[in-house]
Amino acid sequence: MESAKYVSQKISKTRWRPVSYSSLQQPDIFATGSWDNENNKVSVWSIGNPGGSGLEDGFEGEPQLICEYKHDGDVLDLQFLDQERIVTVSSTGAVTIFRHHQNSQTISVSQQWARAHWYPCDNSPSTGVACNSPEIVSVGEDGRIIVFRADQEGVVRVIENADSSTLNAVTYLRTTEVLTVNSIGQLKMWDLRQQSNSPSQILLLSGDRVPLYCVDRHPNQQHIVATGGQDGMLCVWDVRQGNMPFSLMEAHSAEMWEVHFHPTNPDHLFTCSEDGSLLHWETSSPSEMPSFLQGGGNSSMTSRSAMAPAGGNQSIISAWLRGDSSKSRLETTHMLPSQTLSVNSLDVLGQCLICGTDGEAIFVNRQVPV
Amino acid sequence: MEEVDVEPTVTNIPGIRYGKHMGFAWGPGDILVYETQFKASGPSLSGPAGPFIHQVRKDEDIYSPILRKLFNESHHIFVGLQTIKEDLPSKSKRTQFVSISRNYRSVIRACMEELQQVAVSTRDTEMATQYGNQVSILLAIELIWNLCEVLYIDAAPAGSLLLHLLDWVRLHKADVDEKARDVLQSDSPAEHHNYWDVVVSYVLQGSLVEARQMLVKQATLQPASRNMFKLMDSLLGKMPFFNPGGTETVTEFDVKWSNWHKEVESYLKDNSFASNHHLELICKILVGDEDTLLEQKELLSTWYHFLVTRLLYCHPTVKPFELHYYAQSCLTMFLDSRSVQEPLDSILLAAFEYDICLVIKDCSIVLNNWWFVAHLTDLLDHCKLLHSHNLNFGSNMREFLLLEYASGLFTHHSLWQCAVDYFDHCPELGRACLELQIERVPLDTERKALKVLRICEERQMSEQVRSICKIMAMRALRNNRLGSALSWSIRAKDAAFATLISERFLQDYCAKGTFSDLDLIDNLGPAMLLSDRLTFLGKYREFHKLYGEKRFKEAAKLLLSLMTAKIAPQSFWMTLLTDALPLLEQTEVIFSADQTNELMYCLEELTSSLNSTAPGADRPMQQEDVEQTKVELLRLSLARNLAMAVVKEGTMET
Repeated sequence: MESAKYVSQKISKTRWRPVSYSSLQQPDIFATGSWDNENNKVSVWSIGNPGGSGLEDGFEGEPQLICEYKHDGDVLDLQFLDQERIVTVSSTGAVTIFRHHQNSQTISVSQQWARAHWYPCDNSPSTGVACNSPEIVSVGEDGRIIVFRADQEGVVRVIENADSSTLNAVTYLRTTEVLTVNSIGQLKMWDLRQQSNSPSQILLLSGDRVPLYCVDRHPNQQHIVATGGQDGMLCVWDVRQGNMPFSLMEAHSAEMWEVHFHPTNPDHLFTCSEDGSLLHWETSSPSEMPSFLQGGGNSSMTSRSAMAPAGGNQSIISAWLRGDSSKSRLETTHMLPSQTLSVNSLDVLGQCLICGTDGEAIFVNRQVPV
Repeated sequence: MEEVDVEPTVTNIPGIRYGKHMGFAWGPGDILVYETQFKASGPSLSGPAGPFIHQVRKDEDIYSPILRKLFNESHHIFVGLQTIKEDLPSKSKRTQFVSISRNYRSVIRACMEELQQVAVSTRDTEMATQYGNQVSILLAIELIWNLCEVLYIDAAPAGSLLLHLLDWVRLHKADVDEKARDVLQSDSPAEHHNYWDVVVSYVLQGSLVEARQMLVKQATLQPASRNMFKLMDSLLGKMPFFNPGGTETVTEFDVKWSNWHKEVESYLKDNSFASNHHLELICKILVGDEDTLLEQKELLSTWYHFLVTRLLYCHPTVKPFELHYYAQSCLTMFLDSRSVQEPLDSILLAAFEYDICLVIKDCSIVLNNWWFVAHLTDLLDHCKLLHSHNLNFGSNMREFLLLEYASGLFTHHSLWQCAVDYFDHCPELGRACLELQIERVPLDTERKALKVLRICEERQMSEQVRSICKIMAMRALRNNRLGSALSWSIRAKDAAFATLISERFLQDYCAKGTFSDLDLIDNLGPAMLLSDRLTFLGKYREFHKLYGEKRFKEAAKLLLSLMTAKIAPQSFWMTLLTDALPLLEQTEVIFSADQTNELMYCLEELTSSLNSTAPGADRPMQQEDVEQTKVELLRLSLARNLAMAVVKEGTMET
């Protein structure tokens, strides 16, 4: 069930507030950040629970604004640090931690590093942030990677000149390793334990250096990473065997802004793009049976990729790395009813999906088939 | 210039002293004014008189957060409308257009409701009045739109036309239901002071079922007049209403209706309702008596309600082109000497007269932005209802209005993205307007620049692409982000800029002795071919890599080809030859005899060109010495290498 809520601000990022895994609740609170406004805001919304109490009559489950706070500059990335704190990075180069006070339903600024990313005579926007509480890593147009700790004033570490072009996104591979993508199509792995200012590994697509804008790591298997970039192609990489993506799939006709593996059901992947579409990718993953036992029947089961997955038990190889993009095992569904302006951001948790668009609308879908 | 239709409004600028001359400059959607020192008589100083510049904006609506939803949702509907296929049969297209019109109207209503809520809940009186004004404007807009939908888009013929008009009136008269609720919820509805008002209102609206239900309550209270009430009830029940889906034709219906009308008239003449003046009043209304209807001005409250009621009870089979006779006369009758004709009234009158252009023109004057007229005209144009009007600007009225609206949107810091789609659907001037506007969108972040670029690339606006990429590349260069600058120039396929950046890299190399940004230069890929200098940079770096990997033969070959294929700029040859020195000095022969000869040739070319440039006194002696030494060293090494190469090649392998 789709509902569009028009919110009078272009949404650059939306994120669900994390729910504890022990409770089987569906998520009900999410945060959004706006961009391109004279007064940008960070807002927290609630959609209540289906059949929950306290909702006004009218459309059940329509997002209701709980609280919002002014944000200096565009919100270029937003992550929940924990249940109460939200980290945002701004086009002014600032990194800010907001605290959502649940009892008073307000937001306030808890900590800020202004001009964390900077140029000598200009502002350098900060473009991405990743959190592994209490550590925060941010990247920016100035090519720096900066590591912070919440509650610690001052910066923990700066990797100067980490990249000669703009770093667009960052994600944690392991607790001590991060992966960044940049505007010349490279993935770089950084080991934060080491003091050197150079990456431990560089992966790139041969051919045109297409800028990459988003990256996400497989929730269970830390060597599998998906990226999307300017040409709208979805690439899945195995970072253990560097240097080339494992599979390339044509996804969108314009820049892909975000890619997300479903956190608990990683056979499902979601991508959204400048072309106004949000795609849900589902790969059919056979059970623990090793592939050679599945022979006979489905010829598409045979891996046609030139690169056989590296050693190990074949049965736990992710469906994403099995073979090339044979459409028969990969289903793609459009999640939005019709073409809209660019879908800038999406987040999925449990069965709930939200996305925000440049048409100043938020879409909520609470029955995603996963 | 043509004469103005209305007097222009005067706006006082606070902060500029009364009587002072103002300087001004037009912007796309506003004026900038400032106070000057100009005096009408006598000597005056030039220049501004104060430190402030005032910005006067005509359209505040685009900055209202609630109205912004209107702009975004209607943009979505607009785009959907443009993509309706042309080859559908007209009947199904008409239903589609009607549903689109309803979509637009529901968006207006949603905004109106939200504004209403905020107007009621806000404590700031100034804001409350502002919201209240916006609500009434939206109400008027929706009223006009609904009427246009009924008359033009749905274009019902005689018979159904009146039914649609009845719906229209009912939709815009909410107070009847409120009053009825009050009355029904009271202890004794029939004795409520508003009871008869409600009944009469229902009759005026043609809601006879509800009227009868109400009358039953009164009937039970007055058992003596039971027969009278029964009679009234039967008259009300027998009134024929045209059934569009049925088999009856309009003429047949007309006959039935005339018969009923005669029956009511006869009962009136018989004084059947004389004892109850309420029922007599209702009977007179049913007969369509003008004076009685006019007496109900309070309940009718608007002349168009009066018009529709009059038509209902005098001429229910009114044809579309007959409407304007009735409209004009009703308006005149309804407005007495006290009340004045409002702009809304003239617009509605123009609508009844099927003068679409006048409707649009009047609306444009009254409203302060083009949203309404642009969208309505576009929809009517799709219904093929507008004859082409040649205007001084723009190819036709639809395009003119859409261009005005979109240009207004473009001045907004955020809504410019919606405006792009509007320009796309203006075939004559849209593209040119977009080209001019899109370059002026301020680009603070790379992400915004990427979105603007995507818009330009999709429309093959290569000039704009180049210009935007150049802006971003210059900005990157200024901040010493050579990699970013290079990736922008690659996107724009800007060879000149790529050359500039490569020069910077090479200068850095000469200054520091190492390359910066190796991750970029090592991985240029096919982009290397964009400019010669860039190719050289890539290849030169490759040479260093080969040297580092001790693949000397390949390194040597590469080095030579850089000079002979003229990829390297002459200014760099000295550096290259100096790089060749260690290769020449190796114990193993790396350069073959032929290659050595070529190197010598290159050296000669270089020295002769150096000598031909005036060996000026401006070159310091030491530098000359250094150069001389280098050249001599090279010559020595080359000669030695040549000797060894000749020997080696001449030796037979045994």
